[in-house]
Amino acid sequence: MIENAKLSASPRPFRKLLIANRGEIAVRILRACRDLGIAGVAVFSDVDRAGLHVRLADEAYPIGPASPRESYLCIDKLMDVARRAGCDALHPGYGFLAENPELPRACAKAGITFVGPSSDAMELLGSKTAARQLAHQAGVPMVPGVREPVERLEDAERIARDIGYPVLLKAVAGGGGKGMRVVAGAAELSAAWRDATSEALNAFGDARVYIERYLERPRHIEMQIFGDAQGNIVYLGERECSVQRRHQKVIEEAPSTFVTPDLSRAMGQAAVRLARAAGYTNAGTAEFLVDAQRNFYFLEVNTRLQVEHPVTEAVTGLDLVKLQLCVAAGHPLPFTQQEIGEGAPTVHAPVHAIECRIYAEDPENSFYPSPGQIVSWRAPQGPGIRFDDGVYAGWTVPADYDPLLGKLIAWGSDRSEALARLCRALEEFDIGGIRTNASLFTRILDDDEFQRGEFHTRWLDERLASLLAAPATPGRGPQHSRAADAAAIAAVLWTLSHASANTGTPGGAASSTSDSRWKLEGRREQLARAPERQ
Amino acid sequence: MKFEVHIAGAPRIVEIEPEVSGRLRIRLDGDPVQVDAAEIGGNVYSILLDGRAYEASVLPAAQGLSVRCGGHEFPVEVRDPRAWRGRRDAVEQAEGRQQVASPMPGKVVRVLVASGETVEARQGLVVIEAMKMQNEIRAPKGGCIERVFVREGQTVAAGESLVSIA
Repeated sequence: MIENAKLSASPRPFRKLLIANRGEIAVRILRACRDLGIAGVAVFSDVDRAGLHVRLADEAYPIGPASPRESYLCIDKLMDVARRAGCDALHPGYGFLAENPELPRACAKAGITFVGPSSDAMELLGSKTAARQLAHQAGVPMVPGVREPVERLEDAERIARDIGYPVLLKAVAGGGGKGMRVVAGAAELSAAWRDATSEALNAFGDARVYIERYLERPRHIEMQIFGDAQGNIVYLGERECSVQRRHQKVIEEAPSTFVTPDLSRAMGQAAVRLARAAGYTNAGTAEFLVDAQRNFYFLEVNTRLQVEHPVTEAVTGLDLVKLQLCVAAGHPLPFTQQEIGEGAPTVHAPVHAIECRIYAEDPENSFYPSPGQIVSWRAPQGPGIRFDDGVYAGWTVPADYDPLLGKLIAWGSDRSEALARLCRALEEFDIGGIRTNASLFTRILDDDEFQRGEFHTRWLDERLASLLAAPATPGRGPQHSRAADAAAIAAVLWTLSHASANTGTPGGAASSTSDSRWKLEGRREQLARAPERQ
Repeated sequence: MKFEVHIAGAPRIVEIEPEVSGRLRIRLDGDPVQVDAAEIGGNVYSILLDGRAYEASVLPAAQGLSVRCGGHEFPVEVRDPRAWRGRRDAVEQAEGRQQVASPMPGKVVRVLVASGETVEARQGLVVIEAMKMQNEIRAPKGGCIERVFVREGQTVAAGESLVSIA
């Protein structure tokens, strides 16, 4: 564990912080504000008025309609709020404007400290093509591809032919799998081009994409880096992010079971070289693909706090948001690379941490998004568990934003303890009213290959069908053996109590006839302990 | 009362009779089981099954119900064996004309078919953007597009008709 003592001794870095985000990450940043005695200012769109981040904030201001382009992506509106509220700093979170250099530029103009890298460093590293050029100069290995955005389909066809299929189309401004398409052969290129560019335009306001070779079965492993204004840059160990569905990370863990101390050090040093070349400050993440022979290839730098930062926090004992705020205020990093240790940062107290991203989506139905009202909600608790969420029972999850509801993080003295706690937490987790992917994690965690740490970035996509098709009754412990029986009984009870109200319910197969018969048999009296719902 | 319950693809028979005590007398596939069920609210049931404690949350799904229990999600269909007639009608309708509904609220970003066009099963009909992802809604069966109810840029609610296929 890294000492937090020096960090806690720092003076309060800011007076009032504007949080230019929503959802779980806005809540996460607010919590760091509370810990540091900084006033937290939230912003919200029309559909987020009752959002948890608004309820927990010290101050909150409306910034327009639901559409991100008219609210969370409006730099002018954010600057206006910052000025009116008297904020001396702004934290962008992730997504939205977090990697748009116009935001730090606007902050600088307004005399507000941006919690993140300089606009120049962001511009260099945030644009994937510029980052590749820089990585090339810094001697960081890369996957074959073009270093310029591809403007037209005809160019894409020529470049793809030169690199060799399969190729990957990626949004220049992208992240999170949006604006990204794999193309197996020339015949699929034009459709993939159309989808990738249109998705990129909608998500980031920038339709440009670039092309690179698609590695067959790589791992996605990333390195957390941190730089201060004094020019110190450290790496804080790797995160294993190979369990992805359609290029979207769903499970992250630290450390990686696949990475050796030598590889970790080599990747860490490469990430630091790159950050130094870019004049990078604050938190950042260098993403790499790693092949079966443990060769690593630079992918991109995320010039912001990552969604999955809590696993690094769990294994290092650091509060990365707090560290971001202190470094942004000009404090030096409270430790050196030597103090952290050069291999895994967990040498002194072995800790393993795993995170599941809980999305509002339906694994049983093509993973369609599942926005709507959360009727009931029970977050798991107990030893080794952290749940970073941004929702509550009664809140309506809007259809306008990312489906991430929260992140469930478990840690333990080794991977198997972390896994056991995560299983326990997933069983405890309960949400009513909308669908989530939580049951998918139970299936993944039960899988032998996952337990052995044998996976790659396409593992989940390839395994998904069989994971979902496997019988939903696992053999783990006596409690589970009759879960299907209990579920069947619950389904019948639900059907009986809902049959009268609504002919349109899916239980409607048993609709009016069964209801009247049930009434004859005295439902009201017998289920008296269960309150009637109408 | 007797119900046929299809859970995770397997048929089970649940017989349920209330007792004067307020307890439920339940037979599972003919075998009597001790069940104490309490509704917790929000479609959640605490079920003590022969003394073992379970919690099950029930949610209507595209087809039937989805029940979360013991960390797993079970697709469930509850059928009253004496109400089969209604089911058969529904099946016949699915084989004839069919309306394709949006499975989620969102915005129509592309309409890929026009009325009069012939489509194959699984062919893309409409692309709906929700929660920042574009979701292609596909034809459940082959046929002729009878009507297109939506246009690009329009927002749709969950369950709203997109196209009809004859």
